[in-house]
Amino acid sequence: MTWPILSVVTFLPLAGALLIWLSRGDDWAAQGNARWIALWTTLVTFGISVLLVLRFDASNPDFQFVEKASWLAQGISYHMGVDGISLPFVILTTALMPFCIVASWKSITVRVREYMMAFLILETLMIGTFSALDLVLFYLFFEGGLIPMFLIIGVWGGPRRVYASFKFFLYTLLGSVLMLLAIMALYWNAGTTDIPTLMRTAVPRGMQTWAWLAFFASFAVKMPMWPVHTWLPDAHVEAPTAGSVILAAILLKMGGYGFLRFSLPMFPLASSDFAPLVFTLSVIAIVYTSLVALMQEDVKKLIAYSSVAHMGFVTMGIFAGNTQGIAGGVFQMVSHGIVSGALFLCVGIVYDRMHTREIKAYGGLVNRMPLYALVFMVFTMANVGLPGTSGFVGEFLTLLGAFKVNIPTATLATLGVILSAGYALWLYRKVVFGALEKPNLAGIKDLTLREGVVLFPLVLLTIFFGVYPKPVLDMSAASIQQLVSNYQAAISVVKAAAVVQ
Amino acid sequence: MNFTAAGYLLLPVVPEMLLSVCAMILLMIGAYNGQRVTNVVTGLAIFFLVCTAAAIVVSPTGKVVTFGGSFVLDDFARFLKLLTLLGSAVTLILSIEFLQDNSRRMFEFAILVLLSTVGMMILISAGDLIALYLGLELMSLALYVVAASHRDNAKSTEAGLKYFVLGALSSGMLLYGASLIYGFTGTVTFTGIAAAAKAGNVGLTIGLVFLLAGLCFKVSAVPFHMWTPDVYEGAPTPVTAFFASAPKVAALAVFTRVTLTAFPDITQAWQQIVVFVSIASMALGSFAAIGQTNIKRLMAYSSIGHMGFALVGLAAGTPQGAQGVLVYITIYVMMTLGTFSIILAMKRDGQALEKISDFAGLARTNPLLAFFMAMLLFSLAGVPPLAGFFAKFYVFMAAINAGLFTLAVLGVLASVVGAYYYLTIVKVMYFDEPAGVVQPMRAELRTVLAVAGLFNILFAAYPAPLVSAASAAAKSLF
Repeated sequence: MTWPILSVVTFLPLAGALLIWLSRGDDWAAQGNARWIALWTTLVTFGISVLLVLRFDASNPDFQFVEKASWLAQGISYHMGVDGISLPFVILTTALMPFCIVASWKSITVRVREYMMAFLILETLMIGTFSALDLVLFYLFFEGGLIPMFLIIGVWGGPRRVYASFKFFLYTLLGSVLMLLAIMALYWNAGTTDIPTLMRTAVPRGMQTWAWLAFFASFAVKMPMWPVHTWLPDAHVEAPTAGSVILAAILLKMGGYGFLRFSLPMFPLASSDFAPLVFTLSVIAIVYTSLVALMQEDVKKLIAYSSVAHMGFVTMGIFAGNTQGIAGGVFQMVSHGIVSGALFLCVGIVYDRMHTREIKAYGGLVNRMPLYALVFMVFTMANVGLPGTSGFVGEFLTLLGAFKVNIPTATLATLGVILSAGYALWLYRKVVFGALEKPNLAGIKDLTLREGVVLFPLVLLTIFFGVYPKPVLDMSAASIQQLVSNYQAAISVVKAAAVVQ
Repeated sequence: MNFTAAGYLLLPVVPEMLLSVCAMILLMIGAYNGQRVTNVVTGLAIFFLVCTAAAIVVSPTGKVVTFGGSFVLDDFARFLKLLTLLGSAVTLILSIEFLQDNSRRMFEFAILVLLSTVGMMILISAGDLIALYLGLELMSLALYVVAASHRDNAKSTEAGLKYFVLGALSSGMLLYGASLIYGFTGTVTFTGIAAAAKAGNVGLTIGLVFLLAGLCFKVSAVPFHMWTPDVYEGAPTPVTAFFASAPKVAALAVFTRVTLTAFPDITQAWQQIVVFVSIASMALGSFAAIGQTNIKRLMAYSSIGHMGFALVGLAAGTPQGAQGVLVYITIYVMMTLGTFSIILAMKRDGQALEKISDFAGLARTNPLLAFFMAMLLFSLAGVPPLAGFFAKFYVFMAAINAGLFTLAVLGVLASVVGAYYYLTIVKVMYFDEPAGVVQPMRAELRTVLAVAGLFNILFAAYPAPLVSAASAAAKSLF
């Protein structure tokens, strides 16, 4: 049976958004319809994406489910496909979207139709980003995501939403336009923007440097890496809960995915040249933002800074350039997608009840919310990287990979693991443990069924992947192996030439 | 078919002749019946513009030259003439409401637009400096009058006068440049100039500079942009829509044709001018628009910036660059007309709203209108996957290929600054509290908006027709 399964997965949410747009009715009923249409659309999308996993051949390192059609010009085509590196992200996206919709069920009460449409359009753009096999198409999806996210933060966000949304939009745009120029330069170099072709095309050394820097500008902002991470805490704090989840769980991963998909395979020499720079920035991110996280008074801000630190592990692992490091980076991204998404959902749950994110407004929640305390603990432990949770596997593998190439980096990064335990446990103690002293917390209710339905699957996944990470690692193993061998081959050629001279 | 006059082939000029005759017929109808036939005249004018477009579509294919090289009809001219006619026709549709008010019934309005369009078509087809000047003046004189068409309004009158004085000055510069070029090459035809310019000499370069200064004025590129904000703000809104669309097409067309066909061998001489003008326009358009509170003034700075982006393609001086210019101007016209259809629809209690703050909360009171406006603004900012992104994509693509890296980098940085002020309007519409309900949109405005808005959103899905047409048109210049 041949049907464009990948395009269906990509554009189905868009169709759902159109359906919501067309559905009319009085306000209350229309809102209910919009919620249900959005939920069903995301569930069906997820269902079809499971089909992708079932049909995916993990032993084949090349792109699968490939679709190609002529589009913009000679060499710029509509080309879609996934391999072991991109498929986990596609699944992560489709899997988290239903949770986001359910999490917004009650907390979003104004302009529900537009909210659901924005999320569905965003889902299309995110899936497209991970499955585009043409640079221009990739850029289209990558940048297009700014529009719905800008509106989500700005319309449904907190008090400083305008500042946060502008900062988010302009920061990301500024990083990306330079990448666009590099994409054009690549086009004129190879006569195409087809990603598989470009991966096989050797780019001249000088051009590699410039193009790498241009791509780096975009992905470093998106990731975000220190020192261009400042948009993230603002965006996270102001965004509505589901917006924060998407931001942390998926949008940040686009940066890491970009490094894996473009920087390493297309510019191996520049990647190897700039690896020390990336290591330095990663270590600063890990240590510095962990220290900053210790000082936060806002729960969401703390988690946002911890995201920056965790992304530091990812960049470190990716630019280690070996199998362990890259596999660790991919796993860490998937794990962080689940864990940080879940943490933001946890924050959203108490925020919906108390309407504050100040850490000192809470305390002793365990007395009134035992279930919540349990769930929150699992995710806190996963955030720390406790063995047995998914957070451990990623951190361990990235450190392993980094240790092989750069011992000081790995040593300093390990320091970050301790610091992360510091801020995460400290947060947990202040919010959950202690005596319930605040009078307004006395009436707080434990998890509702709806919230439980959202959080328990994530708890299971966190522990499951912590104990048995094989499904994710196996899915991407072949593609990572191919990426690493190509990367090492390209570098060793240059090294050999240097020795001969 | 032997359709000649004094030995010159007339067939290529049929559309221009048709439109001129139609304009005169309409003038007679108006003159004998007075202002009560304004609607009829406007309707017929739209119809005649469509007829002219049809005449261009069926006109002989390939490159035809007549009147001893003064008039060139090639794919480039056909493409841009159709676009100009589109701009003019839509402008007339947009001005139906404006002309219905008793105090503003002017059948002359449509006729002036038609005459101006004839001027633009001649300009686009100009093969020598004489035809260029004739077309330019016919276009401009009609424009001066329509700028002041709201004659009881001090601002409109001021706009017309300002435009006229500065326009006359720029025409003078252009003529001076043309006379220098003639003096140093001994010819006025573009092909003749191209042949003579191969040797290159200082006098010719000076002439070129003056010529380009005159043209920069017409495309409102920095540093000859000063008239734009005042005229855009002062002129009646349908007229502003007109200024922002059709004349820009014609001026950019002649800019492209002159540089690429009359001076192809001294590229570096004009390239540096175009690069400078382009950078200056992009920068000024982006930065100066930030502080604006009037939407029409903002659109003026926006159009200055957009002309800068279009000139990026021209600076490349290659077929890709010319293709980029054509794609850019087409998408720009569509975006501009769509945006103006919304600006014209912004009315409360019969009062036109021109302040940006009047858009507050539009997403709440009129979601569909706000949605289209937001999409058009994102498109003007060049955010994918909207049409405006592809416009920028093609011009920067050409610039990169031509090795103009500084220009490209400065250009994309300017586009980020530009994104800021477009976002501000989106912010006002979506994030702010509603300032009041706007009147329902008129049917003709809704039609224009639907077409322009859908084009804008769906362009990414099927870009091939426009891109290949632009490519064919660009090739005919080389």
